[in-house]
Amino acid sequence: MTSNARVWLFGDDVNTDMIIPGRYLDNYDPDHLASHAMEGVDPEFASKVSRGDVIVAGVNFGCGSSREQAVIALKHAGVQAVIAVSFARIFYRNSVNLGLPSIVSSDASRVFHSGDSVRLDLLSNSMESEDGSRKAALEPVPEYLAKILESGGLIPYLRSRLKS
Amino acid sequence: MAGRTFAEKILARASGVPSVRAGEVVEARPDLVFSHENTFLVNKSFSELGVGKLWDPDKIVIILDHRTPANNAQTAAVHSKIREIVKTYGIKRFYDSGEGICHQLIVEDRLASPGQLILGADSHTLTAGAIGAFATGIGATEMAGIWATGSIWLKVPETVQITLTGHLGKESYAKDVALHLLKKYGPSGADYKSVEFTGSALLELSISSRMVLCNMATEMGAKTAIVPADATTSSWFQETDLPTGDSVKSDHDAKIADKFQVVLDDVPPLVSGPHKIEDVRSVEEASGIHIDQAFVGTCTNGRLEDLMAVSRVLKGRKVAPGRRLIVAPASRRIMIDAIEMGAIRNIVASGGTVLPPGCGPCLGAHEGVLGPGEVCISSSNRNFRGRMGSQDSEIYLASPATVAASAVKGCIADPREMLSNDL
Repeated sequence: MTSNARVWLFGDDVNTDMIIPGRYLDNYDPDHLASHAMEGVDPEFASKVSRGDVIVAGVNFGCGSSREQAVIALKHAGVQAVIAVSFARIFYRNSVNLGLPSIVSSDASRVFHSGDSVRLDLLSNSMESEDGSRKAALEPVPEYLAKILESGGLIPYLRSRLKS
Repeated sequence: MAGRTFAEKILARASGVPSVRAGEVVEARPDLVFSHENTFLVNKSFSELGVGKLWDPDKIVIILDHRTPANNAQTAAVHSKIREIVKTYGIKRFYDSGEGICHQLIVEDRLASPGQLILGADSHTLTAGAIGAFATGIGATEMAGIWATGSIWLKVPETVQITLTGHLGKESYAKDVALHLLKKYGPSGADYKSVEFTGSALLELSISSRMVLCNMATEMGAKTAIVPADATTSSWFQETDLPTGDSVKSDHDAKIADKFQVVLDDVPPLVSGPHKIEDVRSVEEASGIHIDQAFVGTCTNGRLEDLMAVSRVLKGRKVAPGRRLIVAPASRRIMIDAIEMGAIRNIVASGGTVLPPGCGPCLGAHEGVLGPGEVCISSSNRNFRGRMGSQDSEIYLASPATVAASAVKGCIADPREMLSNDL
């Protein structure tokens, strides 16, 4: 399944206070959280992001707090996937559990720039620029986690498992 | 065949299999789980599962600490909802607003014990590793999964061994050791790893100091951090039959992925920041930097030994004009002890403000939020831009003694200099 996406490029160590500052966490409404997504690093992100955009970043994306609202904010802002050199472990777990693909790529952050239009294929693990001139390899999601992602997250996954 | 690491032993037991190796994914059953205000989110996901009944209410602990007392009507409603949840589900271990910080209470009330698998819906859950538990942070939705099924997937981590030798110098503390490690190995220095502290210096480190080390391993990306249970642990529990043997320790021939060494004599008082935890320099290099606020507290450094260090620095001195010193004990017990030992009196008499037990201003929710252009020196664990308020504010991290010395001087200051004037 291929989709077209616009890239938002960020650097290393994007922390959860950048993704959703703590002062907004007393309101759990996903739309409220989405309206402040990435505010700590780019105050214009929330108003400019479009459904289906992807975030590309360096190492240790999502470091810091365990706040699941970081994933909720990105997902409800329309981000379809985060592609980074590496992820902080709780962010990674939360993203799988809430059905937001977090994909490891050692080169995407070097190959692509903010505003690039890319073709993203999460089944064949490929990402390339629209004209095909630039490509990045994506690491496959571990099988166990892919099942959770395919179900749309941990809750729908467990619901079907508990039924059977 | 190589022996087993602590992580491999605990996760094998918790997943009911004879043995596991680093890299394997297991379905483990935790001994204890906890969540704070995010219990609201846990419950939301749990309700969507339609299970109705908790797996085991006796293994679930709920603590209100992040915004206590409530900072606004929304939080008050969340707190009310959580009170209703614990009643509905029969969760007996519920700590309401004002009891203290989750990571402190789990250890202080002896809910955590050596060799347990503890999962908390908070990144600093690693703190309980100080008494020899495998403790790690998870998200709210997967906590809901545990509420329903009693199990969770975990990858068995590789192990990093950090050997601590030598002795801490004057006004150097466990916090300085943690900052030293961050400077040397960075915010991904222990990514996904199980950190095991070892070495002769542990003999001189209290449970409180060990909690600082385990707590701050979070900032190096660690999955868990432990100080294997020893005589200090047993005496702290006032028990002689605690598991301190091979079942809760790595084998001597276990596979260790990385080995770090720190000679404590080489660690001076340090300061981290602003904005990046790994941006660490000596207090001499940082001294003179203007501050507006000094904060002592949190799951990192809000314990009795921290408050006593602050009290010692403040005795007979005043907080500098135009500066604010804010102190939040990590629990009610600590606050009572600090009152009885005179620390709270000294802090208040010196011009400090004492908050109720809880997370305080650490995460920028209330009780000392920073305005544009303001600078705070804090005993907490994160100095990310904007964490404590305005995006244009700055946070430096240091030990409670350095924070207190800075409050007195009005700028970052070396506690050794201040105390050397005392006779």
